[in-house]
Amino acid sequence: MPLIEVTNLRKTYGEHVAVDDVSFHVEQGEIFGILGTNGAGKTTTVECLQGLRTPDSGTMAVLGLDPGKDHTALRQRLGSQLQESRLPDKIKVHEALDLYASFYANPADTGDLLAKLGLTGQRDKYFGKLSGGQKQRVSIALALVGRPEVAVLDELTTGLDPHARRDTWKLVEAVRDTGVTVLLVTHFMDEAERLCDRLAIFDAGRVVATGTPGELRDRAGKSTLDEAFVTLTGRD
Amino acid sequence: MNTLAKITLTETKLALRTPGFVIGGLVLPTAITAVLGAIPAIRADSETPTGMRFLDAWVPSMVVLTIAMMGLQAIPGIIASYREQGILRRFATTPVHPAQLLVAQLIINVTVTIGGVGILLVTAGVVFDVPTPRHPVGFLLTFVLGTTAIFGLGLIAASVAKTSRAAGGIALIAYLPIMFLGGVYLPRPLLPEAIRDIGAYIPPGVKALEDAWTGAGAQPLQLAVLAAFAVGSCVVAAKLFRWE
Repeated sequence: MPLIEVTNLRKTYGEHVAVDDVSFHVEQGEIFGILGTNGAGKTTTVECLQGLRTPDSGTMAVLGLDPGKDHTALRQRLGSQLQESRLPDKIKVHEALDLYASFYANPADTGDLLAKLGLTGQRDKYFGKLSGGQKQRVSIALALVGRPEVAVLDELTTGLDPHARRDTWKLVEAVRDTGVTVLLVTHFMDEAERLCDRLAIFDAGRVVATGTPGELRDRAGKSTLDEAFVTLTGRD
Repeated sequence: MNTLAKITLTETKLALRTPGFVIGGLVLPTAITAVLGAIPAIRADSETPTGMRFLDAWVPSMVVLTIAMMGLQAIPGIIASYREQGILRRFATTPVHPAQLLVAQLIINVTVTIGGVGILLVTAGVVFDVPTPRHPVGFLLTFVLGTTAIFGLGLIAASVAKTSRAAGGIALIAYLPIMFLGGVYLPRPLLPEAIRDIGAYIPPGVKALEDAWTGAGAQPLQLAVLAAFAVGSCVVAAKLFRWE
């Protein structure tokens, strides 16, 4: 059974159809990419899976749970890193970790987690004083502190320099290697190509193609995911 | 430690690291009173009809200042900024409901309000011989209802504003008249009678505070109006509030 299963999901905001007839599934232990441009419906889809939004129609199951009905149980097992979500500037890194750890029944050791994410030296620093890459790593740490089975990472590397991006990619792979299933939301083709075992290409609220990066390249008859994306979304 | 206690402790640390409102709420009303009290004419016995000294009449206005500062400036700013920065939304993805963050902030800011009024009462009494409220129960009741009403208004501002800056601006619509009617800008004995009467029924109920302090006790109608404001503002805030 897939770990995440989405069938015919639809979500509108007034007249605007944000997500239309979206279906895909995610297998245990993979990095699954949700790839698309801004406004393609990626974040809305993920917010439905997190139980933050109620879809108009369609069904979802995450770890066998319905995000709408079982969100309390689900949130113990689903870790999230949100796009455009900050922490207060004056919170220290270890305070944020300790606080979020206290929300979960079986949290990770925060010292170990900081070490894994290369944040031991920043333990007593204020969040507001960290670099962009360090802030993102704290954000990943918070997503992992509850020992989730699924981690949702939304626009993880936006605004990071090339080195910090590559470091972050290695981290995501390390997370997957510990057995966590990763749902990666991104608009970067290189990131999706490098990290994702499989991915769904979103365009204007719909899924236009699903498969491994290799399958998607072959289907479009292109040599890079970047070109394949343009062909598959019908914009070439 | 339970979750709410842990959140409140962390938020308290954060509040003490940018301590503007904590210091303002605890110290400013007492400091203003002390400065005025240092002027002999203000603490001298007066020939007003009530026989009250100017300073005695001034202290209730400083209670208004404390409540308004915390409820209409501190609370709307912090709550709106937590929403603006996605902190409430981030909480919503954890097993803990973001309401706990709101409750923690209310605990902190109400505590500062109580502390500020306590320091004011003690200092005014010990240093300047301002009598303690003659009707302590009425005073306490007025204080509780008035504080609830004002914090409710502050939460309404935090609900409708998109940014913390906007929340401060919206709250100012209530803050300025409340401070004026409360006698913070111009001492109440100097305000026209009609305006003094309006102030009797606008939260946090400065007239009821005065009456409980030095008069015949808070009037039932004043308390009923305050209670209506308290319930009304909290219900409206709960209806309007958005977590993101």
